[in-house]
Amino acid sequence: MRNAFIDELVELAELNENIVLVVGDLGFSVIEPFAKRFPKRFFNAGVAEQNMMGLSAGLASEGFHVFVYSIANFPTFRCAEQIRNDVDYHNLSVTVVAVGGGLAYGNLGYSHHAVQDYALIRTMPNMLIAAPGDPMEVRACMRYLVKNPQPSYLRLGKAGEPCIHTTVPDVIPGQWLLVRQAAADAKTFLTTGATLELADKVLKGNASLQDWSLRSMPLWSMRTKVAQVSQLESFSNVRTVEDHLIDGGFGSWLLEAALAKPELLTRVKINALDPKVCGMVGKQSTLNAEGGLSEANLCV
Amino acid sequence: MPTTSLLAKKIRQNALQMVHGAKASHIGSALSIADILAVLYGEIIRYDARNPRRADRDRFILSKGHACTAVYAVLAELEFFHKDNLKTYGDDFSPLMSHISSQVAGVEFSTGALGHGLPFGVGKALAAQIRGESWRTFVLLSDGEMDEGSNWEALMFAAHHRLTNLTAIIDYNKLQSLDSIANTMGLEPLVDKLFAFGCNAIEVDGHDHDVLKLALSNIDSARPTVIVAHTTKGKGISFMEGKVEWHYKNPNDEQLAAALAELEIVNA
Repeated sequence: MRNAFIDELVELAELNENIVLVVGDLGFSVIEPFAKRFPKRFFNAGVAEQNMMGLSAGLASEGFHVFVYSIANFPTFRCAEQIRNDVDYHNLSVTVVAVGGGLAYGNLGYSHHAVQDYALIRTMPNMLIAAPGDPMEVRACMRYLVKNPQPSYLRLGKAGEPCIHTTVPDVIPGQWLLVRQAAADAKTFLTTGATLELADKVLKGNASLQDWSLRSMPLWSMRTKVAQVSQLESFSNVRTVEDHLIDGGFGSWLLEAALAKPELLTRVKINALDPKVCGMVGKQSTLNAEGGLSEANLCV
Repeated sequence: MPTTSLLAKKIRQNALQMVHGAKASHIGSALSIADILAVLYGEIIRYDARNPRRADRDRFILSKGHACTAVYAVLAELEFFHKDNLKTYGDDFSPLMSHISSQVAGVEFSTGALGHGLPFGVGKALAAQIRGESWRTFVLLSDGEMDEGSNWEALMFAAHHRLTNLTAIIDYNKLQSLDSIANTMGLEPLVDKLFAFGCNAIEVDGHDHDVLKLALSNIDSARPTVIVAHTTKGKGISFMEGKVEWHYKNPNDEQLAAALAELEIVNA
């Protein structure tokens, strides 16, 4: 996803001279193509996230679309008030980019585990969450954001994720994106972020799930909650999958949306991370399984 | 355009009336910056009250957002909006809220949480530098606000990127919310720290208009400028000067009358 991000950013910046990349002293062997191609639109703000986010808001207030790139919690929690007051409140075109969403940096320890980021960002009224499920969705989200500059949060995995889509899909905020349709299409998995890969694998590998479709939700926000009821109504069962704690996460967001029509609540089942992974260290796959995102759990 | 001395009086008058009407706090902080604002808007800043977003304007950011009455007052005096609007200060749904709001014509940025204005101003100054534009960015900060690490992050970035188009002004009235700076968390040697961070620091009497004008006109050839303006909290109203309680209290009817009388404004 990192590579799709930077390739797409370079391509978009060729056409749009207002695109600026600010990094928090991170991005070795990722950001170089942009930095080399557009040295006047690339800034390393150093290890100083509050200033990084504040100055990005200042640049955006002068018409730039600023991508602020760092790892895991550094561009979110470390400068949460700058996102809230400077970016979101002033409705500025800053895209906060966090690489290492979920437990992608599992071995690096809890400091590098981004499992509460949706919770923080989705309480800000103007923020749009972009949580692509594969490199194709990364490109789709980037194109959408550059066409519609706004306060936004792009959550990336790391590198090497497979492409689930064969082409760059059309993405619309709040709209479930069909990945694979079962014959009846009454039951669907609905993933956000990098768990698309896991759901895809589980669905393909288990005959017992053959009547389940697969959908992804790469763009969602507080504002698009109202669009959920009509989509939920089309299904008897919806199973959400996310590599985030259930508290404040994507499944919880969907349930909050479903409160508008409470009979829909029982149609939703959430697969999210158990907080027991907080403090655990290990590979992403190990920690996801420990936290409940296992093949076995997705089948029941 | 009134003289800066009359403008400063008008700022104090309007600020006093606003906090009295709204029973609001922070009059001491507003009085402290009245002279700085009078000189900035009277002599230095390029603005267009008819077209507040004009591309080549200078940008002014009040980082100590709680002192907003002084800025609303100067903008009203310069006819960014009608003076009658000041009467709505602090009312339900009024854009003139009690921490500065960019919903008000002429205000660039809403603040209220400290330590946000300077990083934002750095971004604006950087934008001008990227585009090769000549407008300047001014950020007015409080002294207590210099406790915030974000300001020192911003100064390092500004110095590293040679943002000569950025001028920060620190309203050094030596009082913060509960006690003096010295008793809370000392800032000294402030000027030495600013130089050490790569800035050009200028120390001035923040109530002397001639000195302020000179300092604010100065643009260093290689460094961002920080003006350390020695001020008195509550300046201009004898019974408010240097008193920490006027960070919170609002004047009653008698106190307002006494304060306005001290300003000795001769109405034209």
